[in-house]
Order: sequence, then structure tokens, then C-alpha cells
Amino acid sequence: MRLILNLLLGLLFGLGLIVSGMSNPAKVLNFLDIAAIARGTWDASLAFVMGGALVVTFIGYRLVFRRPQPLLADTFHVPTKTRLDLAIIVGPAIFGIGWGIAGFCPGPAITDLAVGGQPALIFVAAMMVGMAIARLAPRLIKSA
Amino acid sequence: MPATEFTPLVSLAGGAMIGLSAVLMMLLNGRIAGISGIASQLLPPGRSGDTLGRAAFVLGLVLAPFLVLWTTGHGPDITVTTGTTGLVISGLLVGLGTVVGNGCTSGHGVCGLARLSRRSMVAVVTFMATAMITAFILRHIVGVV
Repeated sequence: MRLILNLLLGLLFGLGLIVSGMSNPAKVLNFLDIAAIARGTWDASLAFVMGGALVVTFIGYRLVFRRPQPLLADTFHVPTKTRLDLAIIVGPAIFGIGWGIAGFCPGPAITDLAVGGQPALIFVAAMMVGMAIARLAPRLIKSA
Repeated sequence: MPATEFTPLVSLAGGAMIGLSAVLMMLLNGRIAGISGIASQLLPPGRSGDTLGRAAFVLGLVLAPFLVLWTTGHGPDITVTTGTTGLVISGLLVGLGTVVGNGCTSGHGVCGLARLSRRSMVAVVTFMATAMITAFILRHIVGVV
């Protein structure tokens, strides 16, 4: 039951990405290319994706957090770190460069995996390698 | 680069679906719906907690286009203009950056901003800026796409 619910959550998230157009890298790049504003060819759709997602999540979270605990787990696992450090600038800066090259971020890339042909497969494979390196590196440095 | 149509209404609706999934994820599992976290924690080392649940969520993402194909008769538009080298570099950077920065467009951009997290606000401003600068340089200075 729990696994089916998680699968349905993934399905809903993926459908949202497809319906909104965010699963199309060309649409993402046409949003990121702000020089297109001056030319009148800018695709502002992604601002609406973010807006729609944010409004629902902002209100929904406030309703959910009135509960003492989630339905299928003992506690809420919400990040507790509030301090701004180097990693919260460097990490997103690197991510943004990668996002700006091809227009793929993790959700759309995984959603496109089975239907996006070779580009989606290559991107996701490289992304998983990058994730593995970033997860392994601190351990290797510690054990060296 | 092929032009894409401005689609405010369906984009808003799709965004709302993403938000609903994030809210239900918190209601059911008590967790942030951050795709980079869900995907990267399927990898060793130190898998934490509910690996099967995360794998089921990822499977749902992968199956979503088939549901669209099945109900509408045509799959999603996916246009990629980046070559193999660009895709490899971009994938590596996205993988590295999201693990170092603890989140991506969903974890920071949707869930983090909805929690009014200061770290997520810094993350979102930073990745939007570097993504826009990168797209600008590649399109208008290097001229590759």
C-alpha cells in the first residue's frame, strides 16, 4: 500500500512536469534565455509552473503541519539547518550551470528517461555519476 | 533553438499538480519532495531510510509519460538540442551541484520556498542566476544552440 502510494505521488509529480511543459528542455531554455525578453520570444511559462506549485505547497504545508505527525511515518523530516554556508552557494551555482547547458534538472530528466531517447539516458547516467561522486568524495577525503 | 509556445494556464495547472504531490508527500511520509535527494539517496553510500518508497516514487516519475501517451494518444514534447558532450558535462554538474547544495528545483524551489527557508531562498536565487548566465553565454556569446 505504502509503495503504491509513493508510486502514485511520483506519477502525479511527473504528470505535473509534463502538463506544465517543464519536461521539455527546449521550453526550459527558452525561459532561462532572458535575452529573449527584448526580442519578444521569451517563454515565461516556467514562472507559472513555479507559481502554481508554490501557492499549493505554501498553503498545503501549513495545513499538514497542524497534524502532530504524518500519516505513514512517525515524524516530519524537515531540514533543520538554517545557517548559510559555502555549500548552499557553491552547490546551487554548479547545479545552475548544468541546468543552463541542456535545460534538464533532475525531475524532468528522470520523467523523460524512458521516452526521451538517448539524450535523456545520457544526461541521467551522467547525473547519477555526479551524485555518486559528490556522495563518495567526503568519505574518501576522510579516510585518506 | 526551436521556439516554444507561452502556456500560462496549463503551466499553472501542471505546477499545481507538482505542488499537490509535494503536499501529499509531506502528509503521508513527512518528507520533502526533492527529486535530487530522492534520486541520490538511492545510490550508495549511506542509503538512509525508506529506499523502496523512494524507488517507487522514481518509478512513478518514469511511468508518467506512458500515462499521458495512453490517455491522450501522444507522448510529451521533448526537444533536446544539446550534443552528447554537453549532456555529459551538464549531467555531471547537475548531479554534483544538487548533492553539494542539498536540493534542486523541487527541493529548494518548491518545498524550501514554501517553508520560507532562508537557505532555499539563497539556493534558488543562485541557481536561477547561474542558469540564466550560462544559457545567455552559450546562446548569444558562444552561439552553440
